[in-house]
Amino acid sequence: MDGEMNQSPLLSLEHVKLRFGEQTVLDGIHLQVQPQERLVIMGQSGGGKSTLLRLIIGILTPSEGRVRFRDQEVNRLGRRQLNVIRAKTGMVYQYSALISSLSVRDNLALPMEELTRMGAKEIERVIDEKLELVQMGHVKDQMPSELSGGMKKRIGLARALVLEPELILFDEPSAGLDPVTSSVIDELIISLTEHTRATSVIVTHEMNSAFRIGTRMVMLYEGKFIADGPPQDFRQSQNPVVAQFVEGRTNGPIGESGKWEVGMRK
Amino acid sequence: MPDLPGLGILRRALAQVSSIVWLLIGMGGEIGDHLARGRLPFRRAVLFEQTARTGVGSVPLVGMVSFFLGLTMALLTGYELRTFGMERLVPELVATAFCRELGPLMTGIVLAARIGAAYTAELGTMTVSEEVEAIEAMGIGPLRFLVGPKLVAIVLLMPCLVVISNVAALIGGAVISITTLNIALSYFVDLVREGLLVKDVIAGIIKSLMFGLIVGLVACYRGLTVKGGAAGVGAATTSSVVTSITTVIAADSVFNILLVKI
Repeated sequence: MDGEMNQSPLLSLEHVKLRFGEQTVLDGIHLQVQPQERLVIMGQSGGGKSTLLRLIIGILTPSEGRVRFRDQEVNRLGRRQLNVIRAKTGMVYQYSALISSLSVRDNLALPMEELTRMGAKEIERVIDEKLELVQMGHVKDQMPSELSGGMKKRIGLARALVLEPELILFDEPSAGLDPVTSSVIDELIISLTEHTRATSVIVTHEMNSAFRIGTRMVMLYEGKFIADGPPQDFRQSQNPVVAQFVEGRTNGPIGESGKWEVGMRK
Repeated sequence: MPDLPGLGILRRALAQVSSIVWLLIGMGGEIGDHLARGRLPFRRAVLFEQTARTGVGSVPLVGMVSFFLGLTMALLTGYELRTFGMERLVPELVATAFCRELGPLMTGIVLAARIGAAYTAELGTMTVSEEVEAIEAMGIGPLRFLVGPKLVAIVLLMPCLVVISNVAALIGGAVISITTLNIALSYFVDLVREGLLVKDVIAGIIKSLMFGLIVGLVACYRGLTVKGGAAGVGAATTSSVVTSITTVIAADSVFNILLVKI
């Protein structure tokens, strides 16, 4: 199931289990992400995909197993070391999570002001550069509440890029957007990750976006990865769960179990 | 074995108290990390903004409430003491009661309602919209960045507000003393200076620091632990105000018992 690995992975998850009380959300996951890969994690809503991203940046701790960023075990790091890893990781949230009391400029400046010793001019230069990358230079002085959903996503993406991260995590980047805006965001993700040579992990259940963005895909089902490979393998998958999910059919093994109704596997 | 009645409530309360202590320790750790990197714990502008909001913004309310309370206290006690020809005790009574007890208590309650509620609502909204998590995910300590300036502002500004509360109450007391008890202003001031002890003022200041810490910690803790969207923010805000006021009154009682024993 694990892809062919011929270089040292940037990120690896080894037999990761996560339980919330009686509920098992992730059940012994094993995954390696290579540098500059664009890995798409697919799966139904409430299946633990976003939870997986929170494990990667150490906001959640696995019940069992290890999460490694290069050679460092994320779940064993102290706060100071963990923050160093977090500064190397950009996270783009489903609803952007821009700080509502700060302007677009201040949202982008925040990580640089708090985590680096960059001067005001340098910070301003980076802000302008990143806003130009996402074609949002004209909204620099606006507040997040004045922006549309698509614009917020772009600003969220620009904020994730300001510290030149090695890894960018995307939580449902095209959710809630119209098809055109969704395509624009997808293209932006591709061009920016290629431009910055960053590795990216994208969580989505939007199949068009998944096939457009991913260089590799995995499917999470009942707390486990049931498929792993390049996008073309998923289009022709013989796995009934994968085939049903990709085609968006209502009849098939996913609906039969009824487990998805509660969102998590018991 | 079935739980004894109230044991569950006690267990939950202890769990929350320990979580609040951990919040304080976590914030201290994050501030320590930042200082170790040769950085100031908070931005000066953010701290000034919080102190203005907490302190300057609360002056009219604290002053007004204390003025009317001082006025009422002088009026009611004055009428009773006049019967015995002891109305000259009114200035001392108002001064001691406010400096030692009512000033810190009233200011604590007013700040719990005005500032504690605002802190909880602000942090709660940020929590449900994943802003707090985004700050954490960037590697910026959210406790240092969000809680720190609020806590420092409320703890440092509480004694200042208590002084304003005491002065406002004394003005209220003076108005009644002059107009209805025939006590001249200079005599009122002399009676206050004679009756007021330094230890009463110090006790009030210590209480005010303690109440500021309680209100700030409870409000921030409730805000950061919000669950359930907008309804959750509303419930947490109510809970924050109720818990803060109850805790402030309980802490005041404990402090008074200890002070009497000492």
